[in-house]
Amino acid sequence: MGATITEKILAAHSGQQTVRPGQFVMAELDLMLGNDVTAPIAIEEFRKIGAKKLAGGARLVLVADHGTPNKDIKTAEQCRVMREFSREQGVQHFYDVGRAGIEHALLPEEGLVAPGECIIGADSHTCTYGAVGAFATGTGSTDLAVAMATGQCWLRVPESIKVVYRGERKPWVGGKDLILYTIGRISVSGALYQALEFCGEAIEALPMADRLTMCNMAIEAGAKNGIIAPDATTASFMDSVTSRDYRPMASDADAEYARTIEIDCSEIELQVALPALPEKARPVGEVGEVTIQQAVIGSCTNGRIEDMRAAAEILRGRKVHPEVRLIVIPATPRVQLEMVREGLAETFLEAGGVLSTPTCGPCLGYHMGVLAKGERAVATTNRNFVGRMGHQESEVYLAGPPVAAASAVLGRIGSPEELP
Amino acid sequence: MSALRGRAHRYGDNVDTDGIIPARYLNTSEVAELAAHCMEDLDAEFVRKVQPGDIVVGGENFGCGSSREHAPLAMGGAGVSCVIAKSFARIFFRNSINVGLPALVCPEAAGEIEDGDEVAVELRSGRIENVTQGRSYQAEPFPEFLQQIIAAGGLVAYTRERIAKR
Ligand code: SF4
Repeated sequence: MGATITEKILAAHSGQQTVRPGQFVMAELDLMLGNDVTAPIAIEEFRKIGAKKLAGGARLVLVADHGTPNKDIKTAEQCRVMREFSREQGVQHFYDVGRAGIEHALLPEEGLVAPGECIIGADSHTCTYGAVGAFATGTGSTDLAVAMATGQCWLRVPESIKVVYRGERKPWVGGKDLILYTIGRISVSGALYQALEFCGEAIEALPMADRLTMCNMAIEAGAKNGIIAPDATTASFMDSVTSRDYRPMASDADAEYARTIEIDCSEIELQVALPALPEKARPVGEVGEVTIQQAVIGSCTNGRIEDMRAAAEILRGRKVHPEVRLIVIPATPRVQLEMVREGLAETFLEAGGVLSTPTCGPCLGYHMGVLAKGERAVATTNRNFVGRMGHQESEVYLAGPPVAAASAVLGRIGSPEELP
Repeated sequence: MSALRGRAHRYGDNVDTDGIIPARYLNTSEVAELAAHCMEDLDAEFVRKVQPGDIVVGGENFGCGSSREHAPLAMGGAGVSCVIAKSFARIFFRNSINVGLPALVCPEAAGEIEDGDEVAVELRSGRIENVTQGRSYQAEPFPEFLQQIIAAGGLVAYTRERIAKR
């Protein structure tokens, strides 16, 4: 019997011919990741293990992205812990302000993640890297500490769910709409402990940016990882970011799946997920009259240059509604530079938006746009839990960049088609 | 491992980590400080009600959302001795095992235990007893691999032993 891409990667990294779902393996890691929230605890645990040096060959990436530029003294201290540890251990991939971007947008851009690799990160959205055909999953800080000390991580081999996307996408519909629609269908626990393998002609036609968005939100269906088999799009993306070697893998035709879900993309409208669960997705036309006070375009889900271009196209020559605060956050310094070069920065500023330095910021209600009691925001982020973006009586509506930009102009949740 | 015993605090499905410990407190990893804000956005009364040994009961997908280990740390710090749920989000589950906050999967117990019931849990066997209602349940046993981590007292201790054996 054949194996899925996830099973193959885990077998190859645990010195086995084959692995079966449910089996526990000790996997050798190609890369491990921590940020200013999770790394300080990992560093503390690393010392408790009694480790003195990072495991041989261990590639550790540390990114100061959640509360940076330092939002308060405690955050400054957390970043200092990372900085000092990086210096002490000679961590090559420590990204500090100026070089730092939101980790899950930054790592692919830096060529640090590649097909066939096995990656963990002390951040739930580490599953993003499945977009390039890697096995990548989120863990906690203690797992990161152990990975730093041993180069390994314990993992349970997940069953896989195959999601086949067919048909052509409607105008403006992107990876965000596909994944919100999918989570709406299978629920926030629909893929618990399982791998979500996205495939089909519509995925083959999907640009890398949209693939990253889809795998990013696999965790929002409870999945261990999201993954897309490497193809020509993957190869040309990898060529643009790195020249190092990697081993692409793909599922066998007779691989076994826990279930298969078929989705016809031609029926998917622009999606909005209502508060306070990502599974409350529905077509933007069915949301009703929902006024907003804030629109956020950014995050590891939709903070790439492609997202900025889509939003800018809608905002060009238009003005943000007087009662809306539009906050635009490029995910990485390179995205920001590109925005300036392409004139997108000007478009956002002229429309009446603000442009922030790269940071997670408001995505987790940390800084740079925290919501007050009773306020509503539309955001291109990935979570709309109670209190996620601020006060526990504030609300977050999730959408892709076209809906977020259009809503910023309309002053209520709406689609680009509704704009005059 | 002796029996755990305490009052149940019951919550619904999809309790997320923002509810367990809001992000605004993630700029610290001091357990006492995290514990003081445990469940704040979900149940503002929790910190006042909780007693050492108490048990949190959840529905499906308990602990979904972020990878913050601050969530099980805050619960443990607040005195919670274990969590019983119909199912757990996977990162919360592994974090709990790793930091030594037992997380038991038992849909029947999670469905029937009422808020305030007195509950006793025998970790080794996975037996859950609802003292108030006079009912008992069997939780899903931990896979052998995880039992080793639990027996060692968490992942850090387990790893220390592994490194020492090399
Ligand atoms: S942008 Fe939001 S979801 Fe992404 S890593 Fe940052 S806090 Fe997490």
